Amino acid sequence: MMERILEQALKLAEQAEVFTISSQETQAHFEANRLKQLQTKQQTTVALRVIKNGKTGYATATELGNSDELVRNAAETAQFGTAAGFQMPSPVAYPEVEVFDPAVDSVPTEATIGLGEEMIATVTAHTPDIICEAGVSRGTLSVRLLNSRGGQASYQKSFFSLELEGNLTRDTDMLFVGESESSCHPLTGTKTVTDAVLWQLELSRNQATAPGRTLPVVFTPNGVASSVIMPLMAAFNGKTVLEGASPIGNQLGKPVFDRKLCLWDDPTAAYRPGSRPCDDEGVPSQRTPLITEGSVANFLYDLQTAALAKTQSTGNGSRSRGSLPAPSPSAFVIAPGDMTFAEMIEDMKEGLVIEQLMGAGQGNILGGDFSGNVLLGYKVENGEIVGRVKNTMVFGNIYELLKQITAIGSETRWVGGFLQTPPLYCPGLSVASKT
Amino acid sequence: MTNIETVSHQLAEELKKHHADYIEARLEENQTSHITYRGQNLEAIGRATTSGGNVRALVRGGWGFASFNDFTDLAGKVALAVKQAQLAGSEHSQLAVLAPVTDQVPWEQDRNPVTIPLAVKKQLLDEYNEIIWRTPQIQTSTIGYADSRKKAIFLSSAGSYIEQERADVTLRLAAITAKNGDIQQVGLSLGSLGEFSAIEGLHQQVAEMAQRAVELLSAPQVTGGEYTVVLDPVLAGVFVHEAFGHLSESDFVYENAQLRNIMRLGTQFGGKQLNIVDTATIPGLRGSYKYDDEGVPATKTYLIREGELVGRLHSRETAAKMNEPPTGNARAINYRYPPIVRMTNTYIEPGDTSFEEMIADIKQGIYARNWYGGTTSMEMFTFSAGEAYMIRDGKIAETLRPVVLTGNVFTTLKNIDAISNDLDMNQGGGCGKGGQMPLPVSNGSPHIRIRHCLVGGK
Repeated sequence: MMERILEQALKLAEQAEVFTISSQETQAHFEANRLKQLQTKQQTTVALRVIKNGKTGYATATELGNSDELVRNAAETAQFGTAAGFQMPSPVAYPEVEVFDPAVDSVPTEATIGLGEEMIATVTAHTPDIICEAGVSRGTLSVRLLNSRGGQASYQKSFFSLELEGNLTRDTDMLFVGESESSCHPLTGTKTVTDAVLWQLELSRNQATAPGRTLPVVFTPNGVASSVIMPLMAAFNGKTVLEGASPIGNQLGKPVFDRKLCLWDDPTAAYRPGSRPCDDEGVPSQRTPLITEGSVANFLYDLQTAALAKTQSTGNGSRSRGSLPAPSPSAFVIAPGDMTFAEMIEDMKEGLVIEQLMGAGQGNILGGDFSGNVLLGYKVENGEIVGRVKNTMVFGNIYELLKQITAIGSETRWVGGFLQTPPLYCPGLSVASKT
Repeated sequence: MTNIETVSHQLAEELKKHHADYIEARLEENQTSHITYRGQNLEAIGRATTSGGNVRALVRGGWGFASFNDFTDLAGKVALAVKQAQLAGSEHSQLAVLAPVTDQVPWEQDRNPVTIPLAVKKQLLDEYNEIIWRTPQIQTSTIGYADSRKKAIFLSSAGSYIEQERADVTLRLAAITAKNGDIQQVGLSLGSLGEFSAIEGLHQQVAEMAQRAVELLSAPQVTGGEYTVVLDPVLAGVFVHEAFGHLSESDFVYENAQLRNIMRLGTQFGGKQLNIVDTATIPGLRGSYKYDDEGVPATKTYLIREGELVGRLHSRETAAKMNEPPTGNARAINYRYPPIVRMTNTYIEPGDTSFEEMIADIKQGIYARNWYGGTTSMEMFTFSAGEAYMIRDGKIAETLRPVVLTGNVFTTLKNIDAISNDLDMNQGGGCGKGGQMPLPVSNGSPHIRIRHCLVGGK
């Protein structure tokens, strides 16, 4: 069927590419400590990209059947489209990237329900009046791509995830704790998630007040994900760079960040949900260094952006549900350092630990700003966590914050499938608080 | 293209064959077009037609949900939803009573933005982009235009059959400036319930937006701390949505005993002058509709009247479990998701203070306008302004870089001490909840003044 669409498209256009993605996902969803809903989602998307008279056109559909309309729509939009500066990839060998475990499909629904019940039982045994929401999801997707230069790719991916969020309300005080874990293998235990949540509950037993001034800060892996990652992703996006809207766009090879900081994009790690053998344009996956010992090493490109920037695609062309490809990270990895989390806390006379920052994505991300309310964070006094802070706001800019890092943690972990990071210990962040 | 009316008749037959406490199905057909620009170049332009549907079943208080865009084996899909509901259910089902409805809500043909030629839309966006690029010191720009026209069919085992159509238009523009590695941006968001004219004739506003992005390069950053802030109607609308709207969505409250206690009707949340309303019944607003996605007629709900909590937003299930009337607020962003309790058009009713009176006695404060975004954890919320100015000795003073504000719902609403008489609705927003984003909503307010508001800064 895809072959026929390609054939039809080539009657009207010089180059063409057909991309299909089909997914099937099942989730057990728990609310108020009980199983509430089981849901199954099936979806197929077909996308056709053509290059006609040197310009790009594209269209999407949800059914393979109606190829005439798909081809007509793609050809119609090509008259307005951007000049295509690239060639679609010819046949190429892809790296071996393991992302499919057939065992995911055969996990019985009862077993996924059991995992959710187990998470809730563990947390409510520790804190009886907590109200938990939980999700256990699993699914598979299959991707296939064909282009007119003979390039073709296809792979299957499986995914499995656990999510837990707890709310503890006392008078008008609300505490939110939460953790998640994901893999391409079935997850069989819940201890990683529940240990993290119990740890958060323990540290939040007491309340503490942060003074309104500049304080040293430790970002936990969740804290890193909710604060500095969005500005970093924007800054390393080849498109932002091409437009001159990335503060580091002309800093290639220059030491912009602390020498201790190493960051790369890695779509090749085995059985990680962000991994794949090739990107959504059929360019082979590669590990791309972005920050090497503090210096800017590369930016992320898809085919079109790379052509305009006179460079090569890094295999980061990504389509969300069939839209035109755009550069996007697969998974960011920050290299671990040499200080344990416990040593970081011991090292601080007075400071903050940030576990969840709320609203950091709402400011001037392009400029590197992140500013938000500390939804979950702890006060440190004389080398010890003394309690949870509230009504506290932090204000930072990644180009100031990451220029000088006190230490990078030695314990690294995955957050939400798109980031692997250790804790980061930074010397100073502006804090405003209400007493 | 599959005809969803044909599918709906087949599904109606299938729903009858199954034993569940309740089953419903939704089918959708969606036409869209979109145009995006990055910098001076058009990046993407296209049209799409999609269709899909879902079946949701309730058995002993547990829900099963199956969504699909492959219309084969409808019987299997209904059976799957019912089987899942059986697995999930362990108590008894409760749903607010609803008389079956048969209705067709047509859409005026002349309000279909999707059929306007792409060339016409592109011409308008080209004009806006030229205005941005005519401004000195512009580094780059982004423009995103999207429209849609959706036909949805709802049917239930109780005998409801509702056909509704709606249309939507959104436009987001941003101007980005740069100087010595410093990047600043100013954006503009607009939307309408299908009226293309709502995004025409904005040339002056676009020029001002670009000019502000230039001014921000030399603007100072505010010092963090507590301030008296005055919010314009757009930002106050985001504030009421985040600070209180989400807390009045009862799916978060109904099974949480402590929260039910805090959110007891009659509790005082604000001063006598504070009235907050949510309603999908105002014609022409982006959050408006005749029936929600459970087939419940839209209503007007006072959430706060004279500072007192008097109502909340419900699905059929939350209404039944809290023994309150349903409000018609169950909405799903599309067929891939089950409906959940959502806001529609949410606003603070006008008061009687003028803007001049409001700022007259502020020695040092902040006037915050326009929006970047907002989010909430129920108790705490943050929202960010697109523009900010110092207020000094009762006058608007220097331009500041955009500010992020935060508050606590249990204290901040009580700190609203003045409400003006200039209610305005902002149609440019999209709301996210439970992975469903952006849902068309609108929110609005007159200018409001908040004492002791925490502002992030150096």
